[in-house]
Amino acid sequence: MTTDELAAAVTKAVPESVTAHEDGLDMPTLTVAAAKLVEVATYLRDTHGKNFLSAVSAVDHLGYGDDVAGYFGTERGRDVNSPGSWGTPMTVAAPAKRFAVRYHLAHVGDGPTDRVRLQVWLDDGEEVPTVVGVWPTADWHEREQYDLMGIVFTGHPNLKRLIMPTDWAGHPLRKDYPIGGEPVQFTDAI
Amino acid sequence: MSTVERPPAPVLPLYEPAKIPGGAPSKVDPPPGADLITVNFGPNHPSTHGVLRLIVTLDGEVVVGLDADIGYVHTGFEKNFEQKTYWKGIPYSPRMDYVAFFANELAYVGAVEKLIEIDVPPRAQWIRMLFAELNRIHSHLIYLGTSAVEMGALSVFFYCLRERDSVLDLFEMATGVRMHDRYPQFGGVAEDLPKGFYAECRRFLAEMPKRIDEYLDLLAGNPVWKSRYQGIGTIDAETAIAMGLSGPNLRGSGVPYDIRRAEPYLAYDRVQFDVITRDKGDAYDRFMCRTLEMYESVKIVEQCLDSMPSGPVMSDNRKYVLPPRHELHTSMESLIHHFKLVTEGFRAPPGQLYHPIESPRGEFGCYLVSDGGTKPWRIHFRAPSFVSLQSTAMMSVNRYVGDMIVVVGSLDGVMGEADR
Repeated sequence: MTTDELAAAVTKAVPESVTAHEDGLDMPTLTVAAAKLVEVATYLRDTHGKNFLSAVSAVDHLGYGDDVAGYFGTERGRDVNSPGSWGTPMTVAAPAKRFAVRYHLAHVGDGPTDRVRLQVWLDDGEEVPTVVGVWPTADWHEREQYDLMGIVFTGHPNLKRLIMPTDWAGHPLRKDYPIGGEPVQFTDAI
Repeated sequence: MSTVERPPAPVLPLYEPAKIPGGAPSKVDPPPGADLITVNFGPNHPSTHGVLRLIVTLDGEVVVGLDADIGYVHTGFEKNFEQKTYWKGIPYSPRMDYVAFFANELAYVGAVEKLIEIDVPPRAQWIRMLFAELNRIHSHLIYLGTSAVEMGALSVFFYCLRERDSVLDLFEMATGVRMHDRYPQFGGVAEDLPKGFYAECRRFLAEMPKRIDEYLDLLAGNPVWKSRYQGIGTIDAETAIAMGLSGPNLRGSGVPYDIRRAEPYLAYDRVQFDVITRDKGDAYDRFMCRTLEMYESVKIVEQCLDSMPSGPVMSDNRKYVLPPRHELHTSMESLIHHFKLVTEGFRAPPGQLYHPIESPRGEFGCYLVSDGGTKPWRIHFRAPSFVSLQSTAMMSVNRYVGDMIVVVGSLDGVMGEADR
């Protein structure tokens, strides 16, 4: 099934859910409206056999592409293994919103793995519904992204910090989180 | 010697997460109103394979509530990767899962190679596969040794460490260090196999199957081992997939999901091996899967030695690959490339990709986002230990507290990887 067919099938089953789709470097990528995420997830699991949630990865795009001005790099599809084909200057596509939450799905069982990626764009303060009800394994994945990236998953049964100490301030994987200069924890305990 | 009859496990309904609406799947809340005691188990405890904290609610000796807490060895690997150029990220990757170090390097290096679309010479692929399987043997030996020592079988631990040492000798011979080798690099491997490696490796391969026979003789039919392992931590195939288990944990429940077979990377489509499965899904089956997998790894390493092609072990694309050391003294261009790669690094095309491989613990994935700069914009690792430890609660509840140790051991979690 091509990405176009998949996007059409999902849109048919859940109207106004897929806002964009692309082939991606590794797997088909569907951009999904946050409000329709659970419906799309349930549909993909039940009808397309995407029973395995590999990972939930949140990405902060604050300042994305700012440092690559004058980029002399590569056009996708060129042959990097023949010397001297350095491609043309190109700019990076601006992200739709600041955060992207990406769900990597796969089929485990008979037949090929058929991986698919769902992505949801969010601004700071926007929330995304939890998919714990669809794939129970999302429990810790979502807690991790909440902890380190500050994405709030609405309806999560136990949304609290998992990796950082429970009284930690801030979300370390955000791009505006200071590197160095933060107060040293537990110094008062000595 | 008279055998002590163990009282049968209490007859309580099996925990089924789907039937508890609104509850978190990785946590079991204790029943209200009973006369219960809550114990803090860990984070520093010899049987938790690192610093895993379990908040256990006990009814007598029976676990009725459990909440696992991780994060005690969180060192911010993902944030660190964002501050390093791609080349400088390689030494970081093996330090996450310090038992399956080579698999972690492969995932990171493989993801970056996919992004920059560099060709890896066939010989380098086969060398990587050889060491990936040696690393799998190493990891399973550590699992077997540590989970046996938790059952009081101290001698198995020493036997396993003896063979582990032979594996590490092979690593040392080829890479110069015993662990955390930085051997796979973008475009190939650091150096070709040294003289005498084949003979040394064949000697090990001749020895290893006999040693695995020995472990199975010691443990597989041992009544104490069977009474501690069989029927403990049972999980059915459907729940295992829903909880995201992978690797031997999933294959122990009868699902033949192995990325080496499902999406062959390196040269796994050119070697013969069996995907070991068992169908009961208890700790004993997971133990059998891992132990029998060592035979398969030995088979793959043998095939690597037999049919490894000759040729270069490193790509000659100097825009991404460090030039050979001797060229720096004679070639200005090599010196420039070396300087650029070491200081600024190479620029990877913008894009995102997810690169999963079969680590000894299951699906280890590297999710990489590039903005076209010299450093990864975001890197996220799908750590199989992180995922499998979620199932601790549902596997341990309604059993004796002693069985919880077996459950944690049988999931084979490495906390360095879970916390990153």
